[in-house]
Amino acid sequence: MIAYVARRLVAAAGVLIAVSVLVFLIFFKTPGVDPAKQIAGKQATPQVIAQIRADFGMDKPLPVQYLDMMRRLVIDRDLVSYTDRGPVLPRVAKTIPVTLSLVGGAAVIWVLLALGAGTLAAVFRGRLVDPLLMGLGLVGISLPVFWLGGVVNLLTQGTLHHSLFGWLPELGYTPITVNPAKWFGQLLFPWITLAIGMAGLYARVLRADLIEVDRSDFVLTARAKGLSESRVLLRHMLRNSLIPFVSLFGLDVGAMLGGAAVLTERVFGLPGVGNLTFHSLSRFDLPVLMAVTLYGAFAVVLVNLVVDIGYAALDPRIRVR
Amino acid sequence: MTEPRQARPAAAVTRAAPRPFETGRALGGGGPWRRGLRALCRSPRVMVSAAILAAIVVLCLLAPLYADHVSGTDPFVANPVGSTVLDDGTEMPLLQPASRGVGVLPIGPTWQAHFLLGADGSGRDVAARILYGGRNTLLIGLLAGALACAGGLLVGLLAGYVGGVVDGVLSRALDVVWAFPVLMLAISISAISFTSGISLGFVRVGSGSLALPILIIGVVYVPYVARPVRGAVLSVRTADYVHAATSYGAGHGRIIRREILPNVLSRVLVLFPLMVATAMLLESGLSFLGIGVHPPAASWGTIIEDGTQLLRNRPLMAIVPGALLATTVCVLNVLGDAIRDTFDPKAEPRARVR
Repeated sequence: MIAYVARRLVAAAGVLIAVSVLVFLIFFKTPGVDPAKQIAGKQATPQVIAQIRADFGMDKPLPVQYLDMMRRLVIDRDLVSYTDRGPVLPRVAKTIPVTLSLVGGAAVIWVLLALGAGTLAAVFRGRLVDPLLMGLGLVGISLPVFWLGGVVNLLTQGTLHHSLFGWLPELGYTPITVNPAKWFGQLLFPWITLAIGMAGLYARVLRADLIEVDRSDFVLTARAKGLSESRVLLRHMLRNSLIPFVSLFGLDVGAMLGGAAVLTERVFGLPGVGNLTFHSLSRFDLPVLMAVTLYGAFAVVLVNLVVDIGYAALDPRIRVR
Repeated sequence: MTEPRQARPAAAVTRAAPRPFETGRALGGGGPWRRGLRALCRSPRVMVSAAILAAIVVLCLLAPLYADHVSGTDPFVANPVGSTVLDDGTEMPLLQPASRGVGVLPIGPTWQAHFLLGADGSGRDVAARILYGGRNTLLIGLLAGALACAGGLLVGLLAGYVGGVVDGVLSRALDVVWAFPVLMLAISISAISFTSGISLGFVRVGSGSLALPILIIGVVYVPYVARPVRGAVLSVRTADYVHAATSYGAGHGRIIRREILPNVLSRVLVLFPLMVATAMLLESGLSFLGIGVHPPAASWGTIIEDGTQLLRNRPLMAIVPGALLATTVCVLNVLGDAIRDTFDPKAEPRARVR
């Protein structure tokens, strides 16, 4: 078990380094793109561009620049933004609780919905509930999340605001420590919006896995032993079907904590990690970008690590792979 | 995600092309592909979905006809001082000063040939723009999906068939890209290259060109196709019929073409509608962020973006393209499910945008 954890930790560090290099390369080596020119703007003279290169150290060799930036980011912790020379780290730190609140709440909703719908559809497969739930899931998957968010906003903040949703605060984010009720009110519909598509996907995955497990010998054995149907389902089938479910969950939650919920964040005006990533990208603000992607990759790796170690503890088969 | 599938027992060593699937066997004669196609045509959900998809595609293809002959306005030219005549003969300006705040309030749906769904913030016909936008979204989805499938097939075949160092390098590269959320990867590359385009050697993909989002979206989804293809190739490569082919002296080209490809192709075919759907969602997401399709060209994503600004007063402008997009994606998913059930019942594609 310790060897397994150690192996996973080394692999995780490797992924972090690889991702940071990848972002660095996308920034500097996307063919045909010159970041200094982009920062300087359209009417910049060559002198201005050269000045920017010198200011930001872009005239040094790439590996030197990379190591320099990583040193200032991780060891000295004094990296500053290209655009306003403000420190980078507090800016990233401020966005993390926003995204954590959004993704955490949404995850609770989508897991509960998916567990319920997926199990129901698998148990009653072939009957009316099954195609109904799976059809709903398909619709959920197909709705573009930023559009769904817009429609939800229209209903809750516009059309029905004076009748049904008068209690809802305006869009934005309030820390839970400042005003828990407002925090909840502002996040409730973002949670639902983000959860709908994910719930559809997860319910479909769970149903398929349950049906697959239903054919296996150990389920036959469990039934032959005379176990009740609910015990077979809960103790034998779900426990096995949850393995792919949980690893999928790890990937998605990690990605979202790392910024992949950017569309939801933008529609609902939540100043989260994805929003910061997008802003720093569109302003060619590499220091902020590096900090926020590294944090994002860290979130992905960490969540996956927790999921994997949890499962290795539960399921000895995984340790060997 | 998907484990390499167990190699199916070879049906008959003497057959040059092994069967890519078995479910259609009861359906009478013809090759396996044709039997599968026949099974698909019998399913009502497939026919309904295909009809809806065809209707949307045809409508969008007719966009120039609609703009020229029905609405009679150029949907790509701003028209800030124009006006249109309503049913009762009154003349309405396309844009009015907003009653609250700054900005303008465009005319709403007239339910007539001119400005059926109203005008956007620049006085352009929303209905015509939605049709033109659909053309771009469908085109980008189709070509990016095809690019992802072709690229994934190539990389997967290379990694799986050649093996060794090539497989090691390709697989590690796929792993790194896989660890990076696909949405973030696409956003990063799109945002960086949005104003200057990408140049690959002497080929230059300009910033306003549709080829830019097609290229970016196609490339970021390559791992989604390459991984299952590699797994399938690995499991087929050691099958008896491949050894048989080797033993009668078939070269690599022939083995890949006649023995490996027929088995792997069903994997890619199953993924294709889903990749198109996912690519369309990603394109709309990028365009919504303002880093996809360049204005004044439109896509469903850019129109949703424009409409979101006017959501309170002119909700249809964002709702209609979104509903069309959702319908198209949904229908493609239904088709993808049906094709998977027919040709590759065990595959578990995982693809979407959040």
